[in-house]
Amino acid sequence: MDKSIDDIRGEAIESLAAIVDSESLAEWRSHYLGRRGAVAVLFRQIGSIPAAERAEFGKRVNALRGELAGAFDERAALVESQRLARDLETDEIDITLPAHPRRRGGLHPSTRTHREFQTIWADMGFQVYRSREVEADDFNFSLLNLPPHHPARDMQDTFYTSDPRVLLRTHTSPGQIRAMRELGAGGSKPIRVILPGMCYRQEQVTARSEIQFTQVEGLAIGRNIRMSDLKGTIAEFARRMYQPDARVRFRASYFPFTEPSMEVDVECFLCGGKGCRVCKYSGWLEIAGSGMVHPDVLRNGGYDPAEWSGFAFGMGPERIAMLKHGIHDIRYFWGNDLRFLRQF
Amino acid sequence: MLVPISWLRDFVDIDMPVELLAERLTLAGLEVAHIRYIGLPQQHPPSLRQPTSDHLVWDREKLLLGRICEVRAHPNADRLVLAMVDYGAEELEQCVTGAPNLFPYKDQGAIDPPIWCALAREGATVWDGHSEKPRKMTLKGRELRGIYNKSMVCSEKELGISDEHEGIIILEHDQRYAAGASFADVLGDVVLDIEFTPNLARCFSMIGVAREVAALLDKALRYPACDFLAEGEPISEQVAVDIREPALNPRFTLTLLRDCQVKQSPFWLRRRLQLIGQRPRNNIVDITNYITFELGQPLHAFDYDELCKRAGGAMPTIITRLPQPGERLETLDDVVRELGDDTILVADAAGALALGGVMGGGDTEISDKTRNVLLEAAAWNNISIRKTIREQRLHTEASTRFSRGVHPSQAILGGARGIELMRQLGGGTVARGVLDVYPEPPPTVTVALPIARATQLLGMEVSLDLAADVLRRLEFAVRIEGEIIHTTAPDHRLDISADSAVGQADLLEEIARIVGYDRIPETIMADEMPPQRENAPLLIEERIRDNLVGQGLYEVINYRFTSAQAEAKLLPDNMISSLPDADYVTIANPASSERDVLRHTLLGNMLENAINNARYNKAQQVFELGSVYLQTGDLLPQEPLQLGILLMGARHADWWGGGKSPDMDFYDLKGLLESLLHALHISDFAFQRGTHSSLHPGRSADLLIAGERAGSFGELHPQVAQRLKLTAAKAIIGEFAVAPMIEHARRLHDIAPLPTQPAVLEDIALVVRADLPASEVEAVIRQAGGRLLKDVALFDIYTGDPIPPGKKSLAYALTYQDETRTLTDKNAARIRKKIIGAARHRLNAELRA
Repeated sequence: MDKSIDDIRGEAIESLAAIVDSESLAEWRSHYLGRRGAVAVLFRQIGSIPAAERAEFGKRVNALRGELAGAFDERAALVESQRLARDLETDEIDITLPAHPRRRGGLHPSTRTHREFQTIWADMGFQVYRSREVEADDFNFSLLNLPPHHPARDMQDTFYTSDPRVLLRTHTSPGQIRAMRELGAGGSKPIRVILPGMCYRQEQVTARSEIQFTQVEGLAIGRNIRMSDLKGTIAEFARRMYQPDARVRFRASYFPFTEPSMEVDVECFLCGGKGCRVCKYSGWLEIAGSGMVHPDVLRNGGYDPAEWSGFAFGMGPERIAMLKHGIHDIRYFWGNDLRFLRQF
Repeated sequence: MLVPISWLRDFVDIDMPVELLAERLTLAGLEVAHIRYIGLPQQHPPSLRQPTSDHLVWDREKLLLGRICEVRAHPNADRLVLAMVDYGAEELEQCVTGAPNLFPYKDQGAIDPPIWCALAREGATVWDGHSEKPRKMTLKGRELRGIYNKSMVCSEKELGISDEHEGIIILEHDQRYAAGASFADVLGDVVLDIEFTPNLARCFSMIGVAREVAALLDKALRYPACDFLAEGEPISEQVAVDIREPALNPRFTLTLLRDCQVKQSPFWLRRRLQLIGQRPRNNIVDITNYITFELGQPLHAFDYDELCKRAGGAMPTIITRLPQPGERLETLDDVVRELGDDTILVADAAGALALGGVMGGGDTEISDKTRNVLLEAAAWNNISIRKTIREQRLHTEASTRFSRGVHPSQAILGGARGIELMRQLGGGTVARGVLDVYPEPPPTVTVALPIARATQLLGMEVSLDLAADVLRRLEFAVRIEGEIIHTTAPDHRLDISADSAVGQADLLEEIARIVGYDRIPETIMADEMPPQRENAPLLIEERIRDNLVGQGLYEVINYRFTSAQAEAKLLPDNMISSLPDADYVTIANPASSERDVLRHTLLGNMLENAINNARYNKAQQVFELGSVYLQTGDLLPQEPLQLGILLMGARHADWWGGGKSPDMDFYDLKGLLESLLHALHISDFAFQRGTHSSLHPGRSADLLIAGERAGSFGELHPQVAQRLKLTAAKAIIGEFAVAPMIEHARRLHDIAPLPTQPAVLEDIALVVRADLPASEVEAVIRQAGGRLLKDVALFDIYTGDPIPPGKKSLAYALTYQDETRTLTDKNAARIRKKIIGAARHRLNAELRA
C-alpha cells in the first residue's frame, strides 16, 4: 500500500529542514510538489479511493500541498538569505586597485581667478567690459596722462609693433578710455565696469616675471564718487575674496592715471597677519593699485572733472592665484603642463 | 635711496622708533623697502609686524670708543703688535692686533694725537673678521703668542659696518665723545632704503625726506645754512655764462673757490657717503656728491685753471648748447660718446666739457693738483635729460634727479652750500657773488581749493584749518578766504598743476597722504547705479568653457606670441595655407626671435603644448579660447576670438579592465563638438569634407554653422605631425571661430512636450557601398521616415563575410512615434517599407537578411 499522507508529510518536512542550498531545494520541490512529485501522485490516487472517503482524502491532499508549499517558501527564503549572507562575507573586491578613471577637465587657474573676481564685482554692480589687446600708443599712454617721455613710462617696458603708434597694451587701463567713450554717452552717464584681460611687458621671463599676464581693472564714474567709496568698495571685495574679517590698508602710491593713488594691502591670509615668509613678515599682502581717476583722464573720457569723479583699481589674478596656491613660478601659467593644470 | 637716520636728524627731530617712522613713510608713499641696522638694536613696537634682523648689536658696555696712545712690538711675533688703548679707565688696555694700519706707529713712542678706534672688551660680540661666511663671535681672554689678551681693536668688518678687514677702523676726533663712550652712540645708525615713485622727485634727498618726516610728525624742518663767506674777486670778472637753449637749460649758476687744497675728506663726510653707498674720492668731488644727496641739487666741479688754459688765458665762458654734427665727448667714465642731436652740453669756446646734468668730461675734472674750483649748479629740462640717459645708457646720481625734475630754485641753494663746504674742508677764498643766469624761471603755481570740494571728493569732513595746516607743513603758502584755501606751491615742487581740477587733485593727495588714508572712512557708493546690461558674448564664452571642461578637457592659455616660421611649419609642402590671409602684428622689440609676431592660429602653440605633455601623459584633452591677431590694413588689427581643441592618446587613459584602450580619433572630436553645439542650442550646423591645409584631407571635416564655414577639425596632417615629431599618437585638433557660436547660440528655445503615446522601436540593417558617407544614408532614412520617425541611431558598422566586398552593413535603431495616437504594427510596417524602398531606390541599398 502507498505511503500514508502523514508519512509523506513527516518525511518531506524532515528532509526540507536539512536543506541548505538552492539546488537541493529545487530537487525537493520537484520530488514533492512537482508534476510527478509525491503530492501529484496522491492526487492521481483520488480516483481509486472509495467514494465515501474520496472527499475527505482530497481535502487532506490539498491541505498537504498547501502545507508543503508554505514550508517550501519559508525554507527557500531562509536558504536565500543565508546564501546572501555567505556571499556578502566572501564576495570581496580589491578596493585598492586604481579607479576606473572618470574623465574630468578643468579651467585654467587664471580663468578660475577671473571668475571669482567677476562674480564678486558683478554683485557690486560692476560689469565686464572687454577691450582690445593691441592698442594705440595714445590709449595706452597719452590719454592716460602718460605723455611721451613721462618718467612713469619707465615703469613699464613696452612691446611696440612695427608701427610705432601701435603697441601691446601694458595694462588694462586703455579700456578705461574706451569704456568711458563708449558707455559714458559724452560724459553724461555713470559707469561701473571691470576690465579683465591679457597685458604685456617686455621683461626678462623669470620665476617672478612674465612677458604676458592678466589684469582686472575696475572703473566707477559718477557725479559723487568719493575716495571713501573706493576704500569701502575695495575693502568689501577683499573681505569676500579672502576672509570675511580681513583687514585692509591703503598706502599712498603713484599711478599717472589716478590721483590720489593708493596701493591696497590685505591682511596676509596665509598667516592671518602674524607675519610669514610670503608676506615678508609684514602681515600684509599687496593686492591692488587704486586711486581716484585723474582729472585729465576723465576729460579724455569725455567727462568734466568739475562735475564728475571716479575711482579705478587694478589687480593681478596670477599673483593672487600664486599666493593662494603657493605657486612659486609664474611660468607655470602659460607653460600649460597638464601636471600643473590637473591640480586645480 | 639710502637714508641714514643720523643724517635725517640734522634736519628734523624724530621722537618715535625708526620702525614706526618707516611704517609712516611707507603709508605716505615713501616705501621703505629695507631697514639696515648698524650696531643699534631693532625695536619691536607692538603694533608692527616686521622681519627680524640678525645684525650685530653693539653692546653698550663692552664696545667702546677708544684712543690708541701707543703701539708696541709683540715680543714673540713680527706680524702682531700691542695697541695700548685708553678707554676712559685708569689703565690702558693692551690689545694684541695684526692691523697693518697700526704698524707705522710700532715702537714710535706715544702717539700724539692718539688714534680714535673701536675697542671691544671681553664678553663683547663682534663679527668674525676671518670667517668667509657671516659668523658672530664673543671675545674671551686667551694667550696670543704668549701674551694674554682679552680685548680687541675692531675692523669695519668686525663691527658690521662694511666688508673692510684690511686694518682697524680709524676715526677722527669728535668733541662730542670722549674715550670710553659707547660706540653705539658714536657710529650706531639705522639706514632706511626708500623707493620713490616718479611723482616724488622732490624727495630724492635727505632734506626732501626730512620735509616729509617733518610734515608727517608735525615737527619743524631745519634747513642747512646756504650762505657762504666770500672775500675774493667778484666772480663776474672771472667767468661768463652763455645759455643758448633756455628751454633745456633754464638756469645756470657758478661759484668759484680759489687756492683750495684737494685732499681726502674728513671722516664724517666719508662716513656719510659710505652709508649711502657712495665711494669717497676727494673733498671737492665728495662735496658735490654730498650736496646732491643732501639737498637734491646735483653739482659739478670744474678745474678752473684748465678752463682758463682752454680759453688761451682769456676769461673762460661757459656755453650750454646743442652739439654740432658729429661732435663727441669723452666722459669721466672714459667712454667716448657720440652725441645725439638734442643732447644739451656744457661747453666752452674750445669744445664740449660735460653732458649737461648727466656727467662731466675728463678734460676739466678735479685732480689732486687742482687749486681753483669752478662749481656749477644748474637746472635742466627733465625730458631732455631722459632722452640723453636713454641714448647714452648712462645713469648717474645727477641724471636720476634731473630726469625726474629739480626745481631751478634749488640751484642757488646747492651752489652756495657746496662752495662754502669746499672752503671749509679745502681752504681757500671764495669769489664774491654767484654768477646766476636764469632765463626761464618756472611760473609760480597757485591753486584754489574750496574746502567743500575736499570733503566731497575724500568722503570725509575736512576742516579748513586742518587742510591749511597740512599744506603749510609741506611748505605751501596758504591763505584762507571764506571757504576757499588759496595756495602757492613751494619752490621745490614741480608736480603741482596750475590746472584747476588737476591742481585740486594734487592738493587732495597731499592732504589725504599726510592726514593718513586710514582716517578716510569706508563707505558704500551712494551714486546712481548705471543700468545693468547682460554681456551675452561673455556668457556664451563661459558656457563654452564649462561645457568643454564637463567633457573632460583642460583649459590652456598660451603665449599670444609666436613666429612666422613656427606657423609655417603647420603647412605641408605644396599646399595653399588656410591660415588667415592677413599680415602679422610684428613686435619691434621681441623677447626672442621665436616670439616676434602675434599668432594667426591657436594650433601652433597648442601643438607645442602637446609635444611637451606627450612626455608625461598617455592622453591629452585640452582647449584654448583666445584671440588671434590679424593685421588687415587698419591701424589696429582685428582680434577675433578662436576656440582650439586638441585630443591625443588613449580614449580611456589608465584603463586596467583588460585590453588596450583605443586612441582618440576624429569621431571623438566630432562628438565633443556636437555635444558643445547642442549645449549652446545651435541646431543649424553641418559637417563637410575638411579643407584645412594642416589637417589630413581624408580624415578631417569643416564645421558649418548656418551654412558658413566656422572651423575645421580632424587628424593633424601626417607631414606636419612628422615635422613636429608628434608621432606618439595621432593628434586630433580643431580650430573654430567663436563669433558664429555666439551669434547662433540660442538663449531661448522651446521645449517639446513629453510624448503621451508609446513609441515603436525597430532595427534595420542596410548593405550599401563601402564609401557611401553615413550621413547620406541617415538623411535618406529620415526623409523617408517622415514625421513619425523620431530618432535614427547608428549602432553597428560591419564589413566582411557574408557582406560582399566593396559593401558595408549599417545597422540603425529606429524610433517611430505619433504624438496623437498609438502606432500599430501595421503603421510601423508601412514606414519601414517606405524607408527600405527609398534606400533601395536612392542608395542602391539592400536590406541585410
